Amino acid sequence: MIGQVPLSYYLLLSAILFAIGAGGVLIRRNVIIVLMCVEMMMNAVNLTFIAFSRYLDSTTGQIFVFMIMAVAAVEVAIGLALLVELNRHKDTVDINEFNSLQG
Amino acid sequence: MTQLIWLTIALPILGLLINGLFGRRFLGNRVVSIIAPLMVLLAFLVGVGAFFETMGRDGEAVTVHLWNWTTIGDFSVPINLLVDPLSLTMVLVVTGVGFLIHVYATDYMVHRDDHGHAHDDRDFPRFFTFLNLFIASMLVLVLGDNYLMMYVGWELVGVSSYLLIGYWFDRPSEEQTPIDLGPDTEPVQLQPLLSPAASGMKAFIVNRIGDVGFALGVFLIWSTFGTLQFDEVFAEAVHVSETMPTVIPWITALLFVGAIGKSAQLPLYVWLPDAMAGPTPVSALIHAATMVTAGVYMIVRSNILYSLAPNVSLWIAIIGMATAFFAATIALVQVDLKRVLAYSTVSQLGYMFAAVGVGAYTAGMFHLVTHAFFKALLFLGAGSVMHALHDVIDIRRMGGLKDKMKITWITFWIGGLALAGFPLMSGFFSKDEILAHVFEASPILWFFGILTAGMTAFYTFRAIFIAFHGKPRDHHLYEHAHENRAPITFALSVLAVLAIFGGLLGLPAFMGFTHYLDGWLEHVLYELPHGAEEHHMSVTMEYILMGTSAVIAVGGIALAYFFYMVQPSIPQNIARSLRSLFALLAHKYWIDELYDTLFVQPGLKLSNAFANGLDKLIIDETFIDGSAKLVGRFGKLLSKLENGYTSNYALATFIGVLIMISYFFLR
Repeated sequence: MIGQVPLSYYLLLSAILFAIGAGGVLIRRNVIIVLMCVEMMMNAVNLTFIAFSRYLDSTTGQIFVFMIMAVAAVEVAIGLALLVELNRHKDTVDINEFNSLQG
Repeated sequence: MTQLIWLTIALPILGLLINGLFGRRFLGNRVVSIIAPLMVLLAFLVGVGAFFETMGRDGEAVTVHLWNWTTIGDFSVPINLLVDPLSLTMVLVVTGVGFLIHVYATDYMVHRDDHGHAHDDRDFPRFFTFLNLFIASMLVLVLGDNYLMMYVGWELVGVSSYLLIGYWFDRPSEEQTPIDLGPDTEPVQLQPLLSPAASGMKAFIVNRIGDVGFALGVFLIWSTFGTLQFDEVFAEAVHVSETMPTVIPWITALLFVGAIGKSAQLPLYVWLPDAMAGPTPVSALIHAATMVTAGVYMIVRSNILYSLAPNVSLWIAIIGMATAFFAATIALVQVDLKRVLAYSTVSQLGYMFAAVGVGAYTAGMFHLVTHAFFKALLFLGAGSVMHALHDVIDIRRMGGLKDKMKITWITFWIGGLALAGFPLMSGFFSKDEILAHVFEASPILWFFGILTAGMTAFYTFRAIFIAFHGKPRDHHLYEHAHENRAPITFALSVLAVLAIFGGLLGLPAFMGFTHYLDGWLEHVLYELPHGAEEHHMSVTMEYILMGTSAVIAVGGIALAYFFYMVQPSIPQNIARSLRSLFALLAHKYWIDELYDTLFVQPGLKLSNAFANGLDKLIIDETFIDGSAKLVGRFGKLLSKLENGYTSNYALATFIGVLIMISYFFLR
């Protein structure tokens, strides 16, 4: 199957996903959405890894993706825990309300 | 005892440490007033021991090496004490008179109410701490064997003097009652007296002016001779004066500038009368007997340098005699007993400088010693009166005190006779010796000297007759007056004996007596090798001069008696007819005001300009605050980036990554 779909399609998809994620991080105000967008960016990168791994016939990229997924799970756990605490503290999920470290 | 001479300095320091650290909290005033005089007495005894040993050595000098202050390579500054007849004379005067004044002060500094109960004065230990500090400082000055130690002592006595003048630093300045000149004449207004704190500062600052000269003189000695040790400098002096003839006059003139400040000569005498704001024992010890004579000591110590600079010496004699005359005229009309004595001190110091200026170093030292006795006595007498009258010092409110204060009265008379130069009193011999030497050098100077002597006799007895004789002018004060306690009368009595018999130190040689001081100081005075030819006056001339002095002294006293006892209306009439002259004298020639306009106000304006213009506007506001503000503004600007919006941080990160990537691609 991969034989029929050229690598450039995967990379393009990955780039689009990454851009959507980045745009979401920059624009959205809901913290949970922002967190989801971060995950989307990460998975775009994962897709690149997989595509290259297949294209170059090397397993290294796939191992990387496993590692990233494990770390991502941990990251999401911590991120959500922080979010819950922030929500209790400020009673909101608006990211722009969490601004007490401003100069 | 000679090797232990350091004890004379160490004991007062011990006393000041004990009293200063523990006096107020643990010891109490009674113990303090035992320790302080005791330390000075012990120092005096050490001095006496060294004196007899030095007599046994026939006056030979001994240098006591204590330690090296600093050693860098082959350069080292030793701390040595010089024990020789000159320094011992000063040590004995300082510790001897100092001891009596300490004893006196143990009672004088206690304030009692009318029932004789002493106030609990918490400041009492501070006074004795400073007084001991002064004794130690003065001994450093006179015992040092080099100009550096002399300079250190010179500054230390200045600090002690400042601390003691301002001892009552919380007292305000005082208005003086105008002098009444009779019914239809406007009274002469007097300037208010400076507060003790201001007087202390004035003394300190005026002394600094002189000290700049002294310091420069010491630097010049160092750069010329490469050493500051007395013996090495004096050994080289003749050689240097031949190779570099202008250096020695400069050195001596600069050192004399220091003496002008410290010994209150024209034009820097202005601090001494105001120093009377300090407690009376301080006036007696520091501003009459010892510190102010440091300049005379310095010149006698450096006598070879001054002998090699005859022009400078002549100027010293002229300045000295001018000061003597000038101060005596002011003393004629002062109404404050201590100020009469203060101007008299300035005047007598002028005599001493006139003596050393004409090369009569022994005569100068002789007058220094006798003056220490009788002027300390007079000041302590004035203090005794003050103490009895609850700090009233204006002679216009006294009168008739002789019946109430017998001992003070008699001793004050003795002091007055000695100051006036009454025949056979100590002051007679010393002043006569000075006048004889001055006559040899310049009859014009002698004429001013003898005029001054007449005025001295007059103003001294004017004060005595007004204060002790006649009818009481203030009955309330008179009723409360009483003779003081034993410590005060003891000090007065001992000093009175010294004031009478101090003259035995230097009975005139031309009458066939032994001049002890002459023989004693012989080793300290250097003879010039080519030798100024000694032309002695005839004995007849000496007798004539002595007779003139005696007649002038008695005449001055008689005039005062006539003016103030027989015809008390005369002085007022004279003052009224010469009102402007009288006002000029009463205002001390407006010298303080002159200095105020010429130096103090411009100085204040300049420092104001520097403080508010240069310092506040330019340094503070532009440089210091300016740089802080610049950094602050820049920080504010940068802190705009940290606005707390997470998306901004993320955007910055993305842009940064983009830049990095495009760099790698476009490279």
